[in-house]
Amino acid sequence: MAILVIAEHDNASLKAATLNTVSAAAKLGSEVHVLVAGANCGAAAAEAAKVAGVAKVRVADAAHYETQTAENVAALVVANAAGYSHILAPSTANGKNVAPRVAALLDVAQISDIVAVESADTFVRPIYAGNAMATVKSADAVKVMTVRTTAFEAAGQGGSATVEAVAAAADLGLTSVKGRELTKSARPELGAAKIIVSGGRGLGNSENYHKLLEPLADALGAALGASRAAVDAGYVPNDYQVGQTGKIVAPQLYIAVGISGAIQHLAGMKDSKVIVAINKDPEAPIFQVADYGLVGDLFEVVPELAKAVG
Amino acid sequence: MHSVVCIKQVPDSAQIRVHPVTNTIMRQGVPAIINPYDLFALEEALRLKDRFGGTVTVITMGPPMAEVALRKCLSFGADDAILVSDRAFAGADTLATSYALAAAIGKIRENMPVDLIFTGKQTIDGDTAQVGPGIARRLDYQLLTYVSAIREIDHEKREILVERRAEGGVQVLKTKLPCLITMLEGTNEMRYGDMDDMFRAARHPLKQWDRLAAGIEDPNVVGLKGSPTVVGKVFAPKPRSQRAEIIETVDNDPKNLVVTLLAKVFTQHPKLEREIERLAK
Repeated sequence: MAILVIAEHDNASLKAATLNTVSAAAKLGSEVHVLVAGANCGAAAAEAAKVAGVAKVRVADAAHYETQTAENVAALVVANAAGYSHILAPSTANGKNVAPRVAALLDVAQISDIVAVESADTFVRPIYAGNAMATVKSADAVKVMTVRTTAFEAAGQGGSATVEAVAAAADLGLTSVKGRELTKSARPELGAAKIIVSGGRGLGNSENYHKLLEPLADALGAALGASRAAVDAGYVPNDYQVGQTGKIVAPQLYIAVGISGAIQHLAGMKDSKVIVAINKDPEAPIFQVADYGLVGDLFEVVPELAKAVG
Repeated sequence: MHSVVCIKQVPDSAQIRVHPVTNTIMRQGVPAIINPYDLFALEEALRLKDRFGGTVTVITMGPPMAEVALRKCLSFGADDAILVSDRAFAGADTLATSYALAAAIGKIRENMPVDLIFTGKQTIDGDTAQVGPGIARRLDYQLLTYVSAIREIDHEKREILVERRAEGGVQVLKTKLPCLITMLEGTNEMRYGDMDDMFRAARHPLKQWDRLAAGIEDPNVVGLKGSPTVVGKVFAPKPRSQRAEIIETVDNDPKNLVVTLLAKVFTQHPKLEREIERLAK
């Protein structure tokens, strides 16, 4: 039995999350297929065929997959589920929308947000908001799961998979996309950023957050993030949140400013390559996960840091 | 307009730790709370009731002690509450839970049609985000996940227009009623009841349904027997490093601290310096 990965793409190109999901699939020990559902998505499919470890790319190219509405994609996956022992999607806003529908249609229990593969039926995933890890064993004939992308390396290039067309499933036509409002930002997207500057309650208010962190982020070409406490206090909108219940990130460099380090935040950024924490409290838990700590007044240190790298 | 809100009583996960020796979850002294995400779902249902009138029913599957959580929801403004509780439900995974709740909501529907079902986006104990989608499928309701706002409801056309969080922004989606919505956090602020509400909630006759009352004939589809997934071992997440290297200078002057920090970071991670130069361009 082969393994099916639901590709994350925007028709024109394949998203990086697909590469991490392919790596997770490769650990299951059988042939990996990638399903690309879109409209005029040949370019994304061609990219998928070049990913190392992919044996076959299956493409459903039809107008009603243009916006990839979850119910249509899920129906397509289910129609093509025969012959697969596992169906994987990345734990992205899109994957988390499609996979549960696939699981429900197949009448199986999805295994969410896996961070490791122990065997073909046993997986590791975080529970209790990241305060504990659990191994979960599934007796389902088809295992539907989402993959925490930061826990798996991105698959490399150099593959030469065959590309085959699959018939589109019917357009269910029940849900339609009426609009899309993108958050406008000149900065890199949080989930994909190489460097992240993240702020917490220590900044005191929204004005300080922007006044202090924006120059630093600009100097570093970084994305901006925030702790849940800062989001709850209204410093920045919801989609800035890094943590178990926000974005899970793993940049090259993560700078935590005025973040004390609640476990739910740490769960979202601890896989970052280098972590620098700036906090006035030497006992703050953030120093337990940081590589480098600066104990001091962030209102003095952060502007100096921005100057020094600028 | 009849909304059913699914809630769960959970341990406050922020206070949960794994015992370092026995590798078991230490629940002792950890308070039981209403899953925080469910409160956004309840508030949204109450707001729809404010706008359009109607009824809000809360439902939970859990042990008898979950009654406390339901009474709290009643004090916030819910009209009715149902506790689905039976020993046969013990050990249920997300699939078995969605089966039991779907059956119970099916029973509610026999008396009053249900236009909307609300759940939080996930619970903070299991973190799976599967029970909502499972219920939607079993009742053949439309499903909208991670909804951040309800814009419009067209009662004549039986349509709903919502905002949903997607990668890099929001999507505006329209679908048909009846529909199940999983609500995103931070989307509204929970109202709180006053003394009168609490008295009303305390006096309210709570419905308690066992397996048969919930309309489940086959005991093998619920609880442990109906659960294809089982949790094996639990363990604490691996600490990342021992402790940060604290940067210090003789005078601890902010400027000197920063220079020392960057020198350390760039010496040990030379690639990072080049990366920053490239990114900042």
